[in-house]
Amino acid sequence: MSAWIRLLRSSLGLKYLMAGSGLVLVGFVCGHLVGNLQFFLPPPVINRYAHFLQSNPELLWGVRLILLVLVGVHIGTALRLWALNRAARPQPYASPATAYGSTLASRTMLLSGLMVAAFVLYHLLHYTVKVESLNGTPLAFHQLREPATGHADVFAMMVAGFRVWPVSLFYAVGIALLCLHLSHGVAAMFQSLGLRNPVYAPLIQRLARLLAVVLLVGYLSIPAAVLLGRGQNYLRRVVEHTAAALAPTPANPPAAH
Amino acid sequence: MKVKLKVWRQKNAATPGRFETYDTPELNPNMSFLEMLDVVNEDLTTRGLEPIAFDHDCREGICGTCSLVINGKPHGPHRGVATCQTYLRSFRDGDTILVEPFRARPFPVIKDLIVNRKALDRIMQAGGFISVRTGSAPEANSLPVPKEAADLAMDAAACIGCGACVAACKNASAMLFVAAKVSHLGLLPQGQPERYRRVVAMVEQMDREGFGACTVTGSCEAVCPKSISLDFIARMNRDYAVALFKGVGARPGRAAAVPA
Ligand code: HEM
Ligand code: FES
Repeated sequence: MSAWIRLLRSSLGLKYLMAGSGLVLVGFVCGHLVGNLQFFLPPPVINRYAHFLQSNPELLWGVRLILLVLVGVHIGTALRLWALNRAARPQPYASPATAYGSTLASRTMLLSGLMVAAFVLYHLLHYTVKVESLNGTPLAFHQLREPATGHADVFAMMVAGFRVWPVSLFYAVGIALLCLHLSHGVAAMFQSLGLRNPVYAPLIQRLARLLAVVLLVGYLSIPAAVLLGRGQNYLRRVVEHTAAALAPTPANPPAAH
Repeated sequence: MKVKLKVWRQKNAATPGRFETYDTPELNPNMSFLEMLDVVNEDLTTRGLEPIAFDHDCREGICGTCSLVINGKPHGPHRGVATCQTYLRSFRDGDTILVEPFRARPFPVIKDLIVNRKALDRIMQAGGFISVRTGSAPEANSLPVPKEAADLAMDAAACIGCGACVAACKNASAMLFVAAKVSHLGLLPQGQPERYRRVVAMVEQMDREGFGACTVTGSCEAVCPKSISLDFIARMNRDYAVALFKGVGARPGRAAAVPA
């Protein structure tokens, strides 16, 4: 058997694939957070960043493609291992006791993972594809343009999106599930890749929990800030400017900034 | 004290089993769980009933023969002990105790609470050995072993191969067992020549037997009567990855194992 076949056939090989894909996805989740936290700087900063990404389609689509393949690998191996694991115990125990010594996060990885997948799908349709019927507000995300440059106004879109509290709540649930997944997943990843020994084991467990908390607070700070009022005035100006730009009258007075 | 036992009874692998409930005779709280079963069996026998079949041998926690899932936990309520060292004083008078066999596809029931654990033996046969001439003990100091390695190898060697890790794991994974065996030999100089061939052979036999995979829930470590650490699974994962990189066993018939 070649190493490749072993990788795809053996239980440990599948775990390497799951952990390896998970590692890159965690890296993305961290990077994505850093990018998003520019929301707390003046609006032009995150808009410039978004414009930079949008104007480099090779880079953007390269990364997207890699992430998509890795999500496929991650879910594929998760389902394959789940099937093998289920087959390994055809007769369940009669005792209602849950697996002794295990955490909730570790027992529910497939469930939390699949719910995260559903959330990611919504997130992509909401802010990337911008399916307007999903955003719960009459504001059309496609039309939000930065007054100074005419580029897509991501800052205004984030404000407009998270101002809708059911949407923010849905994001909070999605992120909480992701963090639950990672509070176990990151530690499991070190274990699966063999990067753990008696000295570092407690450290790794703490690192995983800490990372989960940092991601939770970081990601949730954005909808929370919007619900507390950040960017409302800016959004109003952008909307007025957009409405003025879209107005049919040729004698368009320049929008006041 | 007296307890009520709800016990799995099954004639053989081909016959479906069911739970039976028995009221025990008067028991001494200082009896081990197995001694309690002896007393119950005596009572069943005098009443002309079939005694409960259960596995046991040393009754001092070193052979790995006793098993049983007691109230949902292999080897009963305590950490770091086997069923034979679980005592009735850990239960209360009048308790109902649920006793089941270890459940896993590779552990078919032989009778009642006895399951066939030969799958673990086959994993050992696949690679749990070193090829050296035996019979004459060499001078101990001719092969220096670092204290840390010796200690760690000893921790792994404490595995008595009972299969509680499999029984406890929600995936019926045998990885703690295999990891302990792989590490015990792989940590010592005598285990080096076959180190990578061993891990590949044992992991693949484990897969062939139909055990599940590890999802790092830690149940195995928590129920292990010898408290074998999850860290050994990481060690096995590392050795298997190195073996893949080395191309160990890539071509059948050609030993590609290279010592570290
Ligand atoms: C999209 C749907 C997802 C599904 C269905 C899913 C499912 C799973 C499952 C079943 C495990 C194995 C649990 C275990 O071994 O204990 C796992 C592990 C993991 N997941 Fe996910 N997951 C998903 C998304 C994600 C995402 C978005 C990330 C990263 C941001 C991620 C990161 C990880 C990591 C790091 C691990 C640890 C790998 C290992 O067990 O060695 N997962 N996932
Ligand atoms: S009977 Fe030997 S370990 Fe319990």
